[in-house]
Amino acid sequence: MMTLALTKALLLILPAVLLALLVLPARPWRLPVAIPAGVVLAFAASHALPSGILAYVVSFAIMGSVYALLSLGLNVQWGYTGHLNFGVAGFFAIGAFTSALMTVEAPTGVAAQYTQMAFGLDLPFLVGVATAALVSALLAFLVAIPVLRLRLDFLAIATIGLAEIIRLIFQNERWLANGPQPLRGIPQPLHCLVQSQGCEWLPTWAMALFEPLSARDYPLIYLVIITLFVAVLYLLVERACRSPWGRMLRAIRDEESSAAMNGKPVTAVRIQSFVVGAVVMGIAGALYAHYVVTIDYSHFHALFATFLVWVMLMLGGSGNNRGAVVGGFIVWGVWSGTAFLANAIEPLLALIADDLPRRAAYFRWLLVALLLAAIVLFRPQGLIREEKRVSRYLGE
Amino acid sequence: MATPTHEERETPTAVTRTARPGERARALVQSRAFLLLAIAVVLAVLVVIAQVRGVGAERLLSLAAWGVMLGGIIGLGSIGLTLVYGVLKFPNFSHGALVTLGAYFTFTIIAWLPQGEPLTPLSFGWEFPVALLIAMPLVGVVAMAVDRVVYRRLRRQNAHLVLFAMASLAMAFFLRSLIYIAWGPDFHFYYPGRPNPALTLPFNIRVRADQLFILALALVLMLGVYALLERTRIGKAMRATADNPELAQVRGINTERVIAWTWIIGGALAAAGGTMYGLSSQLRPEMGFWLLLPMFAATIMGGIGNPYGALAGALIIGVTHQVTTAFLSPTYGPAVAFVLMVIVLLVRPQGLFGRSGG
Repeated sequence: MMTLALTKALLLILPAVLLALLVLPARPWRLPVAIPAGVVLAFAASHALPSGILAYVVSFAIMGSVYALLSLGLNVQWGYTGHLNFGVAGFFAIGAFTSALMTVEAPTGVAAQYTQMAFGLDLPFLVGVATAALVSALLAFLVAIPVLRLRLDFLAIATIGLAEIIRLIFQNERWLANGPQPLRGIPQPLHCLVQSQGCEWLPTWAMALFEPLSARDYPLIYLVIITLFVAVLYLLVERACRSPWGRMLRAIRDEESSAAMNGKPVTAVRIQSFVVGAVVMGIAGALYAHYVVTIDYSHFHALFATFLVWVMLMLGGSGNNRGAVVGGFIVWGVWSGTAFLANAIEPLLALIADDLPRRAAYFRWLLVALLLAAIVLFRPQGLIREEKRVSRYLGE
Repeated sequence: MATPTHEERETPTAVTRTARPGERARALVQSRAFLLLAIAVVLAVLVVIAQVRGVGAERLLSLAAWGVMLGGIIGLGSIGLTLVYGVLKFPNFSHGALVTLGAYFTFTIIAWLPQGEPLTPLSFGWEFPVALLIAMPLVGVVAMAVDRVVYRRLRRQNAHLVLFAMASLAMAFFLRSLIYIAWGPDFHFYYPGRPNPALTLPFNIRVRADQLFILALALVLMLGVYALLERTRIGKAMRATADNPELAQVRGINTERVIAWTWIIGGALAAAGGTMYGLSSQLRPEMGFWLLLPMFAATIMGGIGNPYGALAGALIIGVTHQVTTAFLSPTYGPAVAFVLMVIVLLVRPQGLFGRSGG
C-alpha cells in the first residue's frame, strides 16, 4: 500500500538528485554522492516537512526553474555572444501565449462570450511547447536580421521596445488572447495522474503509485516535468557551448575582427546564438503558462521577466551555464524572501507616512535594482566565473 | 569586444574609382534622400489608410498639429538622450525615469506654491511655469548625482559599454521604484477637472491652448539649447567631446566637467518634456518608460550625438504617431516608433544627419 508521503518522496527524488548535482562541485565523486544525497533529501523533505511548507518549497522550485531557464537562455545570448537582450519578457510572453493558444480548447457556447481567442487547437502539451520554441525562434530571427549586423547597443534598444510592443499586443487585441482579460484554462500535462479515475494508458501497478495523490499535489508532478526540461536543456546548452560552435561564439564576442579574419561567419553565428537563446526563453514561457494555468499581459512586465533575469545571470556569472541556473534560484529566493521583508517593514513605514505601507512592495524593486547596480559596479563576473578553457581535450 | 564603427563598415562612396553596381546601389539606398523618401512613403501610406477608413482631412490636419506638439515633448527628452549617448557613448535606459521624475517634481512643487488664478485660456496659473523652472535643475542635479555615484565609477574602471547600459537599466528601475514609493501607482493630474476647451485655428485645426503653450515652450527651450551649444564655451566643449573625446581631452577640455553639464542639461530638458507630457495627458509612473522607445527612435533617426537631428526625428515620430491614432489604438505609440526605427536601421543606421562613410 502506497502512502502519500512515500509517493511524494519518490516524485521528489529526481529534482533532489538534480539539485545535488547542481550544488556539488564537478569532481569524479559528484554523481555517486549526489544520488544518495538526493534520495535522503527527498525522503527527509516528504516525511519531515509539514505539507504546507512542502507545497511552498515545490512552488518555489517550479518558479525558480522557470527563471533558471530564462537565465540559461539569456546566458547563450549575453554570456557567450555578448548580445544585450533587454527584451527577455517579449520572448517569455511569446512562448507562454503561443503554447497556451495551441493547447487550450476554443471556448464554445456561453463561454465564448467571455473568452475570445484565436487558434484554440486543443493540442497536446509537448506540441504546445515545441510551437512556443518555434515561434520564439522565428521572432528572434526576424529581429536579428535588421539589428544584429549593427552595433550591439542597438539590439538593447530594439529588444526593450519589442518586448513592450508584444505586451501591448496581448493587452489590446481581444481576438488574439482575450485582450486585457486573462486567458484561462491552460491544460496541465499529466493532470490525470492526480485525478481519481487516473490515466487510461497507465498500467495498474503504476496507478497504485499515484493513487494517494489528490489534485492539490499536482505541483509535485509538474516539478518533475519542469526539472526534466531544465536538465535536458542545460545539458544541450552546455554541450553546444563547449563544442566548436560555442568556442566560436566566445571568439566572436571577444575579438570579432580576429574571428572574422579566421573565416568565421560572424553575422550568421551571432544570429544563431540569438535564436538559440530565444528558443530556451520561449520554452520557459510555455512551461510557465502550463504551470500557472491563467495568464495575462501583466505577467510579462519588464520588471519580472527582463530585469530579474538580468540580475540572476549577472549574479550567477555570465558565460557560465551553472552560474546562470544557480543565479536563477538564488535571485528568485531573494525576490521571494523580500516579500516577507516588505510585510515586515509595513508597520515601520506606517510611522513615516499613511500611504507608505501600501507601497511597501516597491521597496523590493528598489532592493533588486540596487543589487544589480552593485553587481555591475563591484563584481561584474558574478559568483561563478566563466571558465577559460571549455574543451575536454585541452590540458592545463 | 571590438565593435566596428559605422565608418569602418560603410562602403566608401567612391569618387575617384568607379564603384561596382552593387556598391552604387547600396550607396544610393543608404543616402539621406532615400531615407527621407522611405519615411515620406510611410507617412503617405498612413494618410491613405486613414482616408480609406473615412478620416476627414481636417481631422488629419489636427492630428498632425498634435503630432508636432508630441514631437516637441519627445524632442526635449531625446536631446538629453542624444547628448549623453554622444558624450558618454552608451544608451541611457534611465532617461525615461528622469522624464517621469521631472513631471512628478513639478506636481509636488505646484502643491507647495500658492495657487494663482488660471491664465485663461490656459488651464494653469503662474505657479505652473515657476514649478517647472524649479523642477528642471532639480532633475538635472539628480541625473548628475546618479552619474557621480554609478557611471563615474564605471568610467574609472574603463568598463565596457554594455556594463554602462546595464547599470543604466538598474538605475531606471531604481528611480522608477522611488517614484512608486513617493507618489504611488495611481494617476495624477496637475489640475484635475479644470476645463481646457479647444481653440479653433485657421484651417479648422482644433487644439487646446495648453498644447500651444507646450509647443511654444518646446521651441523656446530648443532655442536655448541651440544658443548653449553654439555660443557658449561649455556647449562647444560638449560638441567637441561628443565628436571625439580623446581629441577634446588633448585640447585641454575637462571632460568630467563636460559630462556633468551634459547630465544637468539632459536631466533638465527631460524634466521639461515630462512635465509637458503630464500636462497634455496625465501623470503616471510608467509615462517615461512609454516615451523611452520614441526617444531612442528619435535619437537614432537623427544620428547619435546630434541634438538637432534628434529634434527632427522626434517631430517625424510625433506626427507619424498621431496620424496613426486615426485608425490604431493610441497605446501602440511605441510600436509606431519601433517601426520607424527599424526602417532607419535597415536603410541608414547612422541616422538622417549622421556622417556617411568615406
